[in-house]
Amino acid sequence: MDDMKTFLKEMISVSGLSGYESPIRKIIEKKWQPLTDSLTKSKLGSLHGLKQGINPGKNSIMISTHMDAIGLIVTGVKDGFIHVTSIGGVDPRVLPGQLVKVHGREDLDGVVVMPPAHCLPEDLKSGVIPTERLLVDIGYKPKDVEKLVRTGDIFSYNTEPIEFEGNYITGHSLDNRASIMAVTQTLEQLQKINHSWDVYAVASSQEEVTLGGALTSGTQIKPTFAVVVDVTFAKGPGTGAPKAFDFDKGPSFDWGPNTHHKLYNFIKDLASENDIPHQLGVYPRYSGTDANLLQLAGEGIPVMVISIPLRYMHTPVEMVQIKDIKRTSRLLTQLITDLEDNFMEEHMQWDELKSEDKE
Amino acid sequence: MKITKKENWKSPSIGNPQIKLLEKLSNTISVSGDEREIRKIIIERIEDLVDEYKIDHLGNILAIKKGKGRNRIRVMLAAHMDEVGFMVTHAEKKGLYKFEIVGGIDERNLVGKPVIVGNDQKSGVIGAKAIHLTTAQERKSPIKTSALRIDLGPANGEKIKPGTLATFATKLKRVGPSILGKAIDDRIGVATIISILENQPENVDILAAFTVQEELGLRGARVAAYSMEPDIGIALDSTPSMDMPTFDGSENTLYRTKLGQGPAVYPFDGATIADPRLLDLFTSVGDEYKIPYQLRQPAGGGTDAGSIHKQRGGIPSISISVPGRYAHSSATLVRLDDWKNTVRLVHATLSHMNKNLLTKDRR
Repeated sequence: MDDMKTFLKEMISVSGLSGYESPIRKIIEKKWQPLTDSLTKSKLGSLHGLKQGINPGKNSIMISTHMDAIGLIVTGVKDGFIHVTSIGGVDPRVLPGQLVKVHGREDLDGVVVMPPAHCLPEDLKSGVIPTERLLVDIGYKPKDVEKLVRTGDIFSYNTEPIEFEGNYITGHSLDNRASIMAVTQTLEQLQKINHSWDVYAVASSQEEVTLGGALTSGTQIKPTFAVVVDVTFAKGPGTGAPKAFDFDKGPSFDWGPNTHHKLYNFIKDLASENDIPHQLGVYPRYSGTDANLLQLAGEGIPVMVISIPLRYMHTPVEMVQIKDIKRTSRLLTQLITDLEDNFMEEHMQWDELKSEDKE
Repeated sequence: MKITKKENWKSPSIGNPQIKLLEKLSNTISVSGDEREIRKIIIERIEDLVDEYKIDHLGNILAIKKGKGRNRIRVMLAAHMDEVGFMVTHAEKKGLYKFEIVGGIDERNLVGKPVIVGNDQKSGVIGAKAIHLTTAQERKSPIKTSALRIDLGPANGEKIKPGTLATFATKLKRVGPSILGKAIDDRIGVATIISILENQPENVDILAAFTVQEELGLRGARVAAYSMEPDIGIALDSTPSMDMPTFDGSENTLYRTKLGQGPAVYPFDGATIADPRLLDLFTSVGDEYKIPYQLRQPAGGGTDAGSIHKQRGGIPSISISVPGRYAHSSATLVRLDDWKNTVRLVHATLSHMNKNLLTKDRR
């Protein structure tokens, strides 16, 4: 039995919406406890796992992977039906007929439904019904629904993990728990490896809404540099290059204003030297990941983004290739192993400054 | 109609064993046109229960269980075995399959669902483009079925042949006082007939028809009724309940049926004008036995009764349904109490039937 795959399935079987990460955090905490030297929670709910290097307190790498997921939140209960809006980016076209779990006074199964045409305004009798006009039915009688559920309660998707031949897996919240699996596997591999730098594994909170988890964790930890591991688009129906990547060809590396070009080049070369398959993506503006604000934390942090291709992002049936996750963790482990005390001087100096030194 | 409650009448019970059976029936894949998986389960349950049964040329199960005594009326109970779903029409490369809808599914219900494919129940999903890659304009139009694919994973390329059937993968769940499942329509009717057969009133011959292709236009019931030639026909189905609140808080007057108010007795739908004598009998029994029931609002739609009543020289027919919300989506939701009361009403009414029923004039 693949212990890491079991861990991933466990992670995508629980909720943990942005701002309400407790259920997923507990699972990660349990897994990281024996793999780290200290484990703390930030004020906004991120989990910080420190694996000390042989030169503790000097250089540190922060690996930031968000653990929160998108979902729905209750806006009201009326006539036994629950009104909702979304937390994070949810396409209303994905919702009708979706099985969900509402985390009310207790966890309850429910289904998101479209009201029949005669219950809707004229302009919504056909076509896409916006999330705010959809309803959730939890099967209880109206008076009981009001006792069980109230405004502000949250919903998560309720799809179970499914494994496909060829090492693919589908389920909800693989964005970004696939990346948590990659980091966790790296923490495991580091148990047997001497590394000079301190490693902060961060399972960040609130990425899907405010990016506030990683920003505050970065500000607090003040790492020497940070690597964000998140998911990117895999090719699929209606989704092709250049924005989407192939399955089974490794993680993709983000190039653009949001990533540190020296760090990008170092990691790209490292992957090539170690025969780790990878793909390259360009992002002309800022990243849609934790990197966006992490780069701006404190006095600024050099950031790199490594992305795992994922199909059907933000639906309850996201799909990833397990090998791509494992390649990502192999790369992270190699990177940490190779970080020497003088890494910043050797590899991260601005060229302009270097040439001034020579003169 | 004056009915006197039978003192010794005992209703079949609907408890955990019956719900377990419904679970098995609802979770099974049997889309219109290939009902063999559900047929296996039904035959296993009824073969020792009935006097005789056969499978006809279309795949209907026709079973007979005779009563005792004289003046027995031959009552056909029909419930359809088939369910709405999908048929794979084309294998693209890398595990992606084009498909079409079988039966009436609103395509807005397809997106982002796990599905099961083929009789060996392979898992798949119907995904959607990531919201990040869509425009606001795009999100205002529903995603067409032609743009969706059943995805069995990239390693499952061309393993499924065109013609393979699929359904939503929803497993039956108890939710408070309700049950939801993908094929409650009409496995709940199938389970109802099995309960009646297990507790048959002796004054009637039951001609149990588990029909095919109802979702394609009441097709199986047609030949089933012709073959069985019953005195009367009763379709047992699940009917849409559209009893949801309106957007502006005004009264919803087009609800068809309401959950929790008992079995739906049909005066009239898009396919059948119920025989008034049967309508009167069912409602009178409901009143006398104090079994909650509701009259389904006359409107479109149809059940197997639409086919049955037009066979031979005409067969007086009616439909009795368990109200269900969200029919033909990934999850139909019914109230357990409505099912219990359906079984009670049908059983009690059967126990008051004899040949004299049809000697009276229609209203």
